[in-house]
Amino acid sequence: MNSTALFVTCLVDQLFPRVGEATVQLLEQVGCQVDFPLEQTCCGQPLLNTGHSEQARPLARRFIEIFEGYETIVTPSGSCASVTKQLSGECFEGEPEWQQRASRLAERIFELTQFLAGRAFRPSRPFAGRVAYHPSCHLLRELRVDRAPRELLSQVEDLELVELDDGERCCGFGGAFSVKLPALSAAIMEDKIAALEQSGADFVTASDVGCLMHLGGGLTRRGSRVRTLHIAEVLAGFDGRSREVQ
Amino acid sequence: MRVSANRFAEQADEALADEKLQSALASASQRMCEQRERAFAQFPPGEALRDRAQWIKRQTLAELDRHLERLSSRVEARGGVVHWAADARQACEIVLEIVRRRGGRRVVKGKSMTSEEIGLNDALTAAGIEAVETDLGEYIIQLADETPSHIIVPAIHKTVEDVAALFERKHGETRGADHEALTREARQRLRAKFLSADVGVTGVNFAVAETGSVAIVENEGNIRLSSSLPGCHIALMGMEKVIPDLSALSVFLRILARSATGQKMSSYVSLVTGPRRDDEEDGPEEFHLVILDNGRSRLLADPVLGEALGCIRCGACLNVCPVYRHAGGHAYGWVYPGPIGSVIDPSLLGHEQARPLPFASSLCGACRDVCPVRIDLPRLLRGQRDNVVAQRAAPLAALAARAYREMMSRPSLYRLAFRTVYWLSRPLVPLGLISWLPGLRGWTRYRDLPLPARESFRARWLRRRG
Repeated sequence: MNSTALFVTCLVDQLFPRVGEATVQLLEQVGCQVDFPLEQTCCGQPLLNTGHSEQARPLARRFIEIFEGYETIVTPSGSCASVTKQLSGECFEGEPEWQQRASRLAERIFELTQFLAGRAFRPSRPFAGRVAYHPSCHLLRELRVDRAPRELLSQVEDLELVELDDGERCCGFGGAFSVKLPALSAAIMEDKIAALEQSGADFVTASDVGCLMHLGGGLTRRGSRVRTLHIAEVLAGFDGRSREVQ
Repeated sequence: MRVSANRFAEQADEALADEKLQSALASASQRMCEQRERAFAQFPPGEALRDRAQWIKRQTLAELDRHLERLSSRVEARGGVVHWAADARQACEIVLEIVRRRGGRRVVKGKSMTSEEIGLNDALTAAGIEAVETDLGEYIIQLADETPSHIIVPAIHKTVEDVAALFERKHGETRGADHEALTREARQRLRAKFLSADVGVTGVNFAVAETGSVAIVENEGNIRLSSSLPGCHIALMGMEKVIPDLSALSVFLRILARSATGQKMSSYVSLVTGPRRDDEEDGPEEFHLVILDNGRSRLLADPVLGEALGCIRCGACLNVCPVYRHAGGHAYGWVYPGPIGSVIDPSLLGHEQARPLPFASSLCGACRDVCPVRIDLPRLLRGQRDNVVAQRAAPLAALAARAYREMMSRPSLYRLAFRTVYWLSRPLVPLGLISWLPGLRGWTRYRDLPLPARESFRARWLRRRG
């Protein structure tokens, strides 16, 4: 079996490549030999969540074929980790062989902060600023990972972790929900943005670029000073300034 | 009840534009969430009881026919009459027939979502029979000629000022916006109705097969009066409300009120077992139990969605749902709103009647965490999305899904697609034209749009390591 595979997710790959670079840096810091399987694309979540799970099946098979040769699979997304860990029950009814392959693979898929915490990672670079952690729904309520990211953040030098009111509430993204019912999605986002502004945070971080892209789009639209950064960027000590020039 | 579930998006927009409604919803749902949380925090057996409740519901639903037959024979052994209604129309006819036979002119009603579901008030009114809602919230709603917007708090969308104005208009008296005064006013008016009613109609929270009893919970005493004062009591239940025995009832009673209102127990729990017996002084001469299917068999037969029949209608999933908290109950366009409504409404009504509802969720999972019987609502919502699409996919959406699958099956195509977007979007960005791209308006109306990075992660990886 081959080392650690990075499942970077399509959004990070194409829209937020710096998050992928930060992830690689962190994984190497805990001694992983990182490989990036180039055939990877999307795990099919958008299809699974919009009523097209039949169409998602070939993408799920593809995902398994690409990653099952690796000992460990790490992804900087709570959402994609939770979906790929649940493929067995969601995608392959009546296909016991694929179900088995999916569940064998599932045990070896980790969301980044969950994986780092298990490897006794210690942040080595400072990050100056007040940071609010937004527990993305799938990381919190599907994978039940909440302590790991908070503890990791609390170990970062110069970083002040601030709490959000009703912090566990959804930010309103919800994938296709954000464009199918945009007004509702935005109203839910407004609640989160109000909590962020009230918290005095300079940055909001999470382990899902989907939520951050939605929150970030809302924050810049209303000219807020709160910036979004993925937790990998914070832990790797990347600051928010070089965002536009990536 | 009129169905407008297909207009969910427009109705939600209307709710969002109503500032008073937004603030009423926010404070009421927040208060109920906090009450629920406190109740379970102070009740260590709560989590284990939820497991137990889930298990009982599963077992019961797996042999629903057997439990229903047992219930029916025990109710009859106690002198009650059992009626089976295949759909809403039949259920209304059964009730009308009983009321007519007794020469009834006035019916008092305890709060019952099932009676809303079958549109009983309209059916009674059309037959010239007065139907009086006696739950305070339902009374308000009936007076306002509206429909409930929450499973257990039907008038959650109304402020005390709204109610004061409504009472003044309808009753012709001014009492001021004071909870207590308004409640007293409603109570006085209702008392006369109770005393002169010919038939009482209530819902059922749990029907105990072992004893043939129906258990009904409430806080106002109006259900106790509706079921015991008139000469005839008709209890209306969805067929999933049957539970095996009294020990199961004790499990549900300990978690229902905690989940619904944060109370340890509701102020009243009525256990009705048949009509008045010879040695008893109180109670109705006749007891009827109407057991309703109305699409529930369809749910039961679904390998994924059947779990939804475990719902005990506590409303906790509504209170915690970020979508419900902004859309409000009326946006859902039928009796059952919120996450549970989004799952069951399309099956009970037929998918064509409620296509948008399963999509009215960000799949955040907060509902699953509070469900007393641990229904996996996000999973069921996704299952119902599959059903809606399988039934009749919008041609464009089906095409888009297939195109997405094709693109994501070929890394070269995937790269090409994103690079094309990158190159096409660059000249548009400085011109501010991005917002005009078709299909993106939903996003850009509220949020800035992120665009593909100049160099993707894979390109960077290849440059450095390849």
